[in-house]
Amino acid sequence: MKKNWWKILAVILLLYTVIAGLLMDVPQLREGNLDQTIRNLHFHVPMWFGMMIFFTVSLVYSIRYLRSNDLKYDHKALEFVNIGIVFGILGLATGSIWVRFTWTDAWWVNDPRLNGAAITMLVYLAYTVLRGSLEDEQQKARISNIYNIFAYAVMIPLIVILPRMTQSLHPGTGGNPGFNVYDLDNNLRKVFYPAVIGWTLLGLWIASLRIRLKHVSYKLEK
Amino acid sequence: MSKKLVGLMSFIFLLFCDFVAKAQDDSSPVEVLRKDGKIYVVVAVISVILIGLFIYLFMLDRKVSKIEKEVDTIDSNQR
Repeated sequence: MKKNWWKILAVILLLYTVIAGLLMDVPQLREGNLDQTIRNLHFHVPMWFGMMIFFTVSLVYSIRYLRSNDLKYDHKALEFVNIGIVFGILGLATGSIWVRFTWTDAWWVNDPRLNGAAITMLVYLAYTVLRGSLEDEQQKARISNIYNIFAYAVMIPLIVILPRMTQSLHPGTGGNPGFNVYDLDNNLRKVFYPAVIGWTLLGLWIASLRIRLKHVSYKLEK
Repeated sequence: MSKKLVGLMSFIFLLFCDFVAKAQDDSSPVEVLRKDGKIYVVVAVISVILIGLFIYLFMLDRKVSKIEKEVDTIDSNQR
């Protein structure tokens, strides 16, 4: 139980996020049509933070696998991609709802940041398809881990670079100063940072369970 | 497990009470839940769902630990 302190931390941080995130006073600025929806900051944005962290961790394990040929690292790389995809899909879904009620009457707009995020999801989904299509353990691990490195290299321009070079409705990009106002709001920060840590720890928890299961079933197969 | 859970629950309850107390300083808890457009009801519902999911995850976690131990004993018996 000693090693489980971070799981309890995740529970506490997430309950704090929900309670404080819904009850705390938020800036009543009408900029960007946000109103009360700024509270989504504590739920939608951490999904993307989490996804980036998981894909980065996965990249590290992919490289470690390729250097050592130890399947243990391959399992970790796979499960971190899986949880990253879950967070990414949740990020897309929550973003879509947010778009519908603040920007336009549509669920999706052709915005560079939105499309970049969607393409990233497809790139990573292709990773799982690639894994499923290969039989031999070592071959599967080698090819999919190399693909994982390429996927990361594609994701960075799609999410981080391209949206910043073009006009985008999404805050933090192009000409929309939207979040700059809120970024400075200390009340939001008090919830936002714990929220990011909490959601990421939750994803880590789920990923660790799947890694352990994967490890056990691999042992049984042997 | 249960002791930790009780501790956690009481912590959450205190956290909740703190927010409720700040927004409101009279009458019974039931009345408080009806205040401010009943937002506290929403907070309570989401918290219950989250706590339920966490308990489920903790149980899953223990199950995996159990299987890990079983596999380890099989492993060491074979050697």
